[in-house]
Amino acid sequence: MANYIGKPVKRVEDKRFITGKGKYTDDIVLPNMSYAYILRSPYAHATINSVDISAAQAMDGVVAIFTGADIAEAGISGVPCGWQVNFKNGDTMKEPPHPLLVKDKSLHVGDGVAVVIAESKEIARDAADLIEVEYDEHDAVSNPADALKDGAPLVHADAPGNLAFDWEIGDKDKTDAAMAAAHHITKLEFVNQRVVPNAIEPRAAIGDYDGSRDHYTLYTSSQNPHLIRLLMCAFVLGLPEHKVRVVSPDVGGGFGSKIFHYAEEALVTWASKQIGRPVKWTADRSEAFLTDAHGRDHVTTAELGLDTEGNFVGLRVNTVANMGAYLSTFAPAVPTYLHGTLLQGLYTTPAIHIDLKAAFTHTNAVDAYRGAGRPEATFLLERLVETAAIEIGMDPAELRIKNFIPPFDGVEEPGYQTQVALQYDSGNYEPVVRKAMEMVGYDDFRREQAAAKAEGRLLGIGFSTYIEACGIAPSAVVGALGARAGLFESSQVRVQPTGKVSVYTGSHSHGQGHETTFAQVVADQFGIALEDVDIVHGDSDAVAFGMGTYGSRSLAVGGSAIVKSCQKVIEKGAKIAAHLLEVSEEDLEFAGGSWTVKGTDKSVGFGDVALTAYVPHNYPEDIEPGLDFSSFYDPKNFTYPFGCHICVVEIDPDTGKVDVKRFVAVDDVGNIINPMIVEGQIHGGVAQGIGQALFEEVLYDDNASLLNGSYMDYTMPRADDLPMFEVGNTVTPCPHNPLGVKGAGEAGCIAATPAVVNAVVDALKDYNVKDIRMPMTPERVWRAMHSNGNGHH
Amino acid sequence: MGVPIQVTVNGKPYKAEVEPRQLLVHFLRDTLRMTGTHVGCDTSSCGACTIHMNGEAVKSCTILAVQADGGEIKTIEGMSPDGNGTLHPLQEGFKEEHGLQCGFCTPGMIMAADALLKENPNPSETEIRHALEGNFCRCTGYHNIVKSIQYAADKMRKEVTHG
Repeated sequence: MANYIGKPVKRVEDKRFITGKGKYTDDIVLPNMSYAYILRSPYAHATINSVDISAAQAMDGVVAIFTGADIAEAGISGVPCGWQVNFKNGDTMKEPPHPLLVKDKSLHVGDGVAVVIAESKEIARDAADLIEVEYDEHDAVSNPADALKDGAPLVHADAPGNLAFDWEIGDKDKTDAAMAAAHHITKLEFVNQRVVPNAIEPRAAIGDYDGSRDHYTLYTSSQNPHLIRLLMCAFVLGLPEHKVRVVSPDVGGGFGSKIFHYAEEALVTWASKQIGRPVKWTADRSEAFLTDAHGRDHVTTAELGLDTEGNFVGLRVNTVANMGAYLSTFAPAVPTYLHGTLLQGLYTTPAIHIDLKAAFTHTNAVDAYRGAGRPEATFLLERLVETAAIEIGMDPAELRIKNFIPPFDGVEEPGYQTQVALQYDSGNYEPVVRKAMEMVGYDDFRREQAAAKAEGRLLGIGFSTYIEACGIAPSAVVGALGARAGLFESSQVRVQPTGKVSVYTGSHSHGQGHETTFAQVVADQFGIALEDVDIVHGDSDAVAFGMGTYGSRSLAVGGSAIVKSCQKVIEKGAKIAAHLLEVSEEDLEFAGGSWTVKGTDKSVGFGDVALTAYVPHNYPEDIEPGLDFSSFYDPKNFTYPFGCHICVVEIDPDTGKVDVKRFVAVDDVGNIINPMIVEGQIHGGVAQGIGQALFEEVLYDDNASLLNGSYMDYTMPRADDLPMFEVGNTVTPCPHNPLGVKGAGEAGCIAATPAVVNAVVDALKDYNVKDIRMPMTPERVWRAMHSNGNGHH
Repeated sequence: MGVPIQVTVNGKPYKAEVEPRQLLVHFLRDTLRMTGTHVGCDTSSCGACTIHMNGEAVKSCTILAVQADGGEIKTIEGMSPDGNGTLHPLQEGFKEEHGLQCGFCTPGMIMAADALLKENPNPSETEIRHALEGNFCRCTGYHNIVKSIQYAADKMRKEVTHG
């Protein structure tokens, strides 16, 4: 049986990171390498009248300079969008070109105007200072709701009214009727503010063209090397895919921002061929703020209808989502199929409708950030439910439980068909709430809260429950919804002659610990030692294909692909073992790393079978030598983890500062392979969720200039802003993948944010505060306390 | 135009000519090719570049290489107590307590923690969190980093007692 699965095995990848031997893209130095610096527009919306590179070109050490005009002249297409959403009337979404460098117009601060390539990054930067660009600045718009108003500055001439697309899901008439008949309607208007993923490793890319082989190598800090290769070859540069290798070595965090194909990747690849040398580009942090795809940025009105008993009868949502100036790789999917389809939550609400408009603005692109659409859906639902509980005078936990979908395992009972297209795989929702309440000591807390109040202290508690669709995704389903790619995963399991196993996976670890978790799975499949398994990822030359890591998909999809290949190895191994033992396959059982003749002590080990496969002297006639299988796994459904998070805050009544005193998270992510790694994922997600609630927000001035584009200005949680987290779990296995796993990477970030806001509102109930805009800075909280309930300042 | 400097890095002396404006972190990464020290922000805010200079934790993106002239530098590559691959208790702690995910902030975290434990061998959770104020981690939520440092502190105190 399982020796490794379910155990907190220490990570095998750690040693290189704790000794300074990690190899990130910027750590790579190639012979004769040159360095790129990208001159970026300081204006959100400007006509480029002229670009004079003569002084820069004359500088010692400058190798080459390319401008938007050069890119246009070379016939290079823009960066493509990977997901098509249609307007309600069936028209294709507006999809304006996104050039690698702009030629005539800058559409957001940070749009690339020219790239300087030099002998050192210092020279490249100095030379860029000498480029004279003449701009005509125009009015710009950053807020998505403002962008849709009459007379707003236009981002793209062919997208009238700045509308990228409109979209809806659910039954509008049924929902309107349900809301009209509702006994009580809870309505909230809010902003789910724009945040920056902020992986601590800035993006970097090295292009290396080898003319002798007409071959390209791109090193890039990406979550998604194979897809980058496909997009860059097929849509941007028109390169032969078999002559292009993409390597994503150690990657210092991604959180979604490194899923996408970025202009710089194509730029260094193309430029390397032009100059015949490797070209390295590494973002500085300011560039990262200007160009890494941002997250969230929704403006929403949401209404929940309840009957006299507190049953939810309808949910009506109106959202405007900010796309930025260009459509990033998965941007159109985020507010639609990763958001609108999640509005059922854990509840039986029988009528749901969302009306969504996606707006272009003069800002950097918005795309998937940890959770991608699901945090926004969870936020609006859980704020509504908590507010409804206050309004109708019911306990927030009991109101949730009353409206929960009853348990279903997806095996004996069918999956749950939602009102918004998805079918949940398995769920048992009440236990996560009960467990979280027990962990936090809910009844005692209410007494503690009352006692604190008597001392003039403000304590608050906030709930959040969530469901997410992850394990992304069945290719046919997402294809029907507009994805321009499949979302399967590949694997190869190569048993070496000595019985050691090399595993090649299309998933990409950038902190998730795949080298450990996947090795646990494979070691248990074969009954061998963990040390005998090596996980290889992140190199398109080594790994046949891959769809990368995001959407909490690695174990559910990539892990399942690995299991599939392991099963093929075991099947073939049985044939070899039967031959060696001179019995028929049916007489054998495989366990503990050996094939044993049932009822006897005659057996042959995994290593012996492997050796026989490669030294096939005494070997079955009808099978090939070797023990090496690859597989593609396309999931049957999304997976649907769920959970309940509870936050306890204390607010300083004098300053409005919110202190997160406790944070309890109970998640059901299906079966767990490595509980230590899963807990770590929850911790990190919760920290980012708290970050959005309390600290983080991208700020633009009136003309869409970024105001807080550095770590001195953009606030993220530091160690002394957070408590120790209290983490628990329940297990409801996924019924449709071989490991029964669901996914844990995004859960914390989806659930935490509304729990914190709900806790703050609870703490301020005596101040008649109904809502506070995020991030809940001390100033906002203090003003809410002193403005008689109007928290919108 | 180069300025000659002499520094000792992880016990080994180096002589080099550096541009006056070169930052210490770039000298370590680009000139000495010790890439364990990372650059995360350029504004001295993230702590990924934390090293020790003359026994104190400093952010090497805020120091010019010329300022390090004559100095004694320790980086993550020099943390092994025997210089031979044996892990320092902090390195061991980060592994045992899952104090890292992507690993990018980890060298800076370990160097900052090492400075803390030299000053305060038995820090409270609050003191640990306070000492890490200058170091961002975006993966772990700091929970396991705090535990990693507690692990190392316990182990180092025991070593002192029994050693």
